[in-house]
Amino acid sequence: MSDMQPRPHRRRILSMTLLMLGALVFLFPFYYMVIGALQTKRDPSLSGAIPWPSNLTLNNFLDINGAINLGRSLLNSGIFTGVVVVCTIFFGVLAGYALATLHFRGRGLLFAVVLLLQAVPFQLLMVPLYVLLVRDFGLGDSYVGMILPFAINSVAVLIFRQFFLQVPQEMFDAARIDGAGEFRILWSIAVPLVRPAILTAALVTFIGPWNEFLWPFLITKKQGMQPLAVAVANFTQTGAGFHANPMGSILAGSTVLAVPAVVLFIVFQRHFAETHSSTGVKG
Amino acid sequence: MSAKTSQSRGPGPGRTAAATPAPGGRRWSRLEFALGRNPAGLLLSAPYALFVAAVFVYPIGLGVWMSFHDSFFTAPGVDVPQPFVGLENYAAVLSNPAVRASFVHVAEFLVINVPLTLVFSLLLATALNNVIHWRGFLRVSYYVPYVTASVATITVWMFMFNSGGIVNQILGPLAPDPAWLVSKIWAMPSIALYVTWKQLGFFILLFLAALQNVPKELHEAAATDGASRWQAYKAVTLPAVRPATTLVVLLAIITGANLFTEPYLLTGGGGPNGASTTPVFLLYQQGIQQGKPAIASAIGVLLVIGVLIITYGSRKLTERD
Repeated sequence: MSDMQPRPHRRRILSMTLLMLGALVFLFPFYYMVIGALQTKRDPSLSGAIPWPSNLTLNNFLDINGAINLGRSLLNSGIFTGVVVVCTIFFGVLAGYALATLHFRGRGLLFAVVLLLQAVPFQLLMVPLYVLLVRDFGLGDSYVGMILPFAINSVAVLIFRQFFLQVPQEMFDAARIDGAGEFRILWSIAVPLVRPAILTAALVTFIGPWNEFLWPFLITKKQGMQPLAVAVANFTQTGAGFHANPMGSILAGSTVLAVPAVVLFIVFQRHFAETHSSTGVKG
Repeated sequence: MSAKTSQSRGPGPGRTAAATPAPGGRRWSRLEFALGRNPAGLLLSAPYALFVAAVFVYPIGLGVWMSFHDSFFTAPGVDVPQPFVGLENYAAVLSNPAVRASFVHVAEFLVINVPLTLVFSLLLATALNNVIHWRGFLRVSYYVPYVTASVATITVWMFMFNSGGIVNQILGPLAPDPAWLVSKIWAMPSIALYVTWKQLGFFILLFLAALQNVPKELHEAAATDGASRWQAYKAVTLPAVRPATTLVVLLAIITGANLFTEPYLLTGGGGPNGASTTPVFLLYQQGIQQGKPAIASAIGVLLVIGVLIITYGSRKLTERD
């Protein structure tokens, strides 16, 4: 960059102005969500965007808790998400290691299928999976049925594979010469090396089941089995009418749903950003 | 990715012998020939391979099978014949005006969403690449909608866009009546706008990564040759980010074609007079609510074919010179 010209400087100011305006548009709905969740009376006017102390309350959180049992829904979301993250890390590390470093019959096929699956959206599997799991195996309203289609996140498998590829193969070869078996190599050499990848994969996997609406919505009819996203959505569609400040209660539920993912993302934002840009795979 | 594999994992000298776990020191036992050089790989990848087969491959096959048969829900355990009906389900689907309308709605969505996504993600990524300060904050701002549940952000949009909402308060007399999400004309564009906002952060980061890989020397060479900023951008930057452009368009189309949660929640089911029904909404309605999985599967297969055609066309468009 030449310092003589004033143009790069002007360009930077222009870029910054554009970015700040953009950030405002992107963040305002979140700000508004929290304001709406705290309002005693719904105020959709312009001045309602300012938190007037006289119009603030926590009652909306109590109200939504009475309607959908926040604790139970959070527990369901936690079980759904937790099991998926654990399964993904355990089986994903095994598969990623095998795909990256081992020669075995069918490796090329498996990898090709995994890549191809990135283009198959879940919605297309919805009806056959519903027929299989709910109709044939009777897994409706169960954690197993909810978790099964999400159990191993393929994006995480690809992240692990990518990490293992970056490890110098000589390390594994040396261990093999020393007579270590594949499981020993995996446990003592490979897993400690990919610890950063485990955090990244866990974060990417987390937002899938935590935010998922469609599948748990299809297979849970009992409210006691519904994750928070489904419970809030159902409350939005049907149950909100009879409440004192229905919009406030809905936004309170939304806030509870949004906070864990947003906080995790802000704390670990570097990991998210790097993963997505390096793998180019949509989570 | 796959190219990288074959390069780094070719039968390099000195590797074969070391990696041979076969007993007795023979280099190519029959077992090894059947299972590969590291049979442990089969064991390690077996759980994942089984998962992929059970949750993806088999259901896809079942879906295609159902679309050619007269299948319906029965009580669990009851085995009734499901005769082959050829293209009957497809004929029924294609002659159904509601299905045709849903495909039109998705087309309408894509026409608005894809260009908006492409232009704004490239614009904001370029701007983000220009600035030095506040990058962390800005990246978080743009990415937060992407990591937040649709259910949570949709409720705020409903709050903002309903008839007395803050958007209409700002617009005053310009506000559409009926309001955005209950208007036949504005329902689909509103959904397209919401999805653009929700996904943009992901695409911005994709473009940002591509922009950071553009060699600085190219820009300097262009500047030396007396090219204006815009000329340099057109001649250097745009060609360099073309693979990212293709990917962004591809992913935006796939996401858009499979729209369900957003119209379902934003416009309460199928929207005003069914103005925002989508193929996946009909998949849900026909296949699960009304118990006609054969019809739903036929819609699904048609949707995949449609997406393949559109993505193929878009690749021709974004990759041409």
